[in-house]
Amino acid sequence: MNRQRIAQEVFVPHRIIMVAAALGLVVWAALAMRWDWIARYHDLAVQGIWRTLWLLGLSCLIGFALAVPLGLAQAAGPRFLAAPARAFCTVIRGTPLLLQLWLIYFGVGSLFPQFPWIRESELWPYLRQAWPYALLALSLSFAGYEGEVMRGAFKSVAGGQLEAARSMGMGRFAIFRRIWFPQALQRALPTLGGETVLQLKATPLVATITVIEIYAVSSRVRQDTFIIYEPLLLLAVIYMVIAGLLALAFKLLEQRFNRGMLG
Amino acid sequence: MLDWLYALWPGLETSVGLLSLQPPGWGGNLLRGAWASVQISLGAFALGLLIGTAGALGKLHGGPVTRDLLAVYTVVVRAVPELILILILYYAGTDLLNQALRALGQRPVEISGVVAGIAVLGIVQGAYATEVLRGAIQSVPRGQHEAARAYGMGPVQIFRRVTIPAMLPLALPGLSNLWLIATKDTALLAIVGFSELTLETRQAAGSTRAYFTFFLAAGALYLLMTLLSGRIFGWIEARYRRGQASQ
Repeated sequence: MNRQRIAQEVFVPHRIIMVAAALGLVVWAALAMRWDWIARYHDLAVQGIWRTLWLLGLSCLIGFALAVPLGLAQAAGPRFLAAPARAFCTVIRGTPLLLQLWLIYFGVGSLFPQFPWIRESELWPYLRQAWPYALLALSLSFAGYEGEVMRGAFKSVAGGQLEAARSMGMGRFAIFRRIWFPQALQRALPTLGGETVLQLKATPLVATITVIEIYAVSSRVRQDTFIIYEPLLLLAVIYMVIAGLLALAFKLLEQRFNRGMLG
Repeated sequence: MLDWLYALWPGLETSVGLLSLQPPGWGGNLLRGAWASVQISLGAFALGLLIGTAGALGKLHGGPVTRDLLAVYTVVVRAVPELILILILYYAGTDLLNQALRALGQRPVEISGVVAGIAVLGIVQGAYATEVLRGAIQSVPRGQHEAARAYGMGPVQIFRRVTIPAMLPLALPGLSNLWLIATKDTALLAIVGFSELTLETRQAAGSTRAYFTFFLAAGALYLLMTLLSGRIFGWIEARYRRGQASQ
């Protein structure tokens, strides 16, 4: 049934022509453009994709872990917690990520070597590399945007549900874990999916602070070989595939979370 | 006047000196960069609105081919990082233009950063604006459109006098978000070497080694822009919501 519908939607004359044109373009690109550099940069590219993926995954996890308290503080916290949380979200959302990244890498990073106890600590080998700063900047940025999303999500859970849970004798933590958080998450999931794709699109910025992820690899190909379009086109395709997989994953996650929910 | 403050905060005096508007300070460069950023965001936002309006109308009223092409446009632009689109469009744009000029027997031109920035960011904005405006136009009740036609209005007049005023309050939150994205995306042009606020800041910070002073100052400028435009959008929205049933 599903397959039939897909067939009906694809096999319309103009779509067949468009697909043929797209295929023709791909064949032309494969034949007429230069792809001989791929073999040489293959290993570096795989490493780059892997670095992009773990930067994305880890920064989303850390950012989300920060966003939950940020959202909670703004939705239900006392004023002395809500005000700084709101200020943090406003500042993060009001300034470009590139600026935050450079502030953290060049600013904070240049501060550390001045303190001997930091240089002698066990963390120093990591702090001398660029990726911890990239991860920190990406995580804080994600936390800022998602804090705002979670604020709305926590607020949208009906108060009656929380009251009912309290009257059942649940403790505050149990209410949060079993009633409040799952419902807020279910409401926030579609937005979170979109924001994760935005976060993916933000990762190439870390190439400016010498983290060699996939975008940096493509710039290196461009600088080494003076081939301009081919690496960029391949890069665009790679990002589109990752974005498509993310969208699919969130769709499956949403289906799972919507089980047993009304309409 | 500020002596007591300087005594309290030793680094402040050097910071104020670095940020002063006269040449030993870098404040003038920062403000010039900020002005360039504002110009590009305004231009990109306006171009994005034009593309978005055309795209939304194409998606709603166009033929099947137009609709499919527009779907490809919005999906591709929203899935590929802005930075890569900027690079592709920047190189391809200047290349194509110069090839066209050469074919016409003209000399190749150097494209100015402002124009390239506006064009590239405008195309990116257009994809998002298409979706925002399509949603807003779709939620205008059909009856209003039909009533306007019954009065004998032409399609252009209907769009100008019925569709736009009715859909604007719905589109404004999305558009204000897009504007904020436009102001922040101008920072990406720093990577292609266009001296807007972020690049000016980096140059100032790099040559004086006062990273915190300059990055925080630039952050304050960006924040000022976003907060101010948030106010302006709030005001416009309140104006356009006048006389509409509150939700």
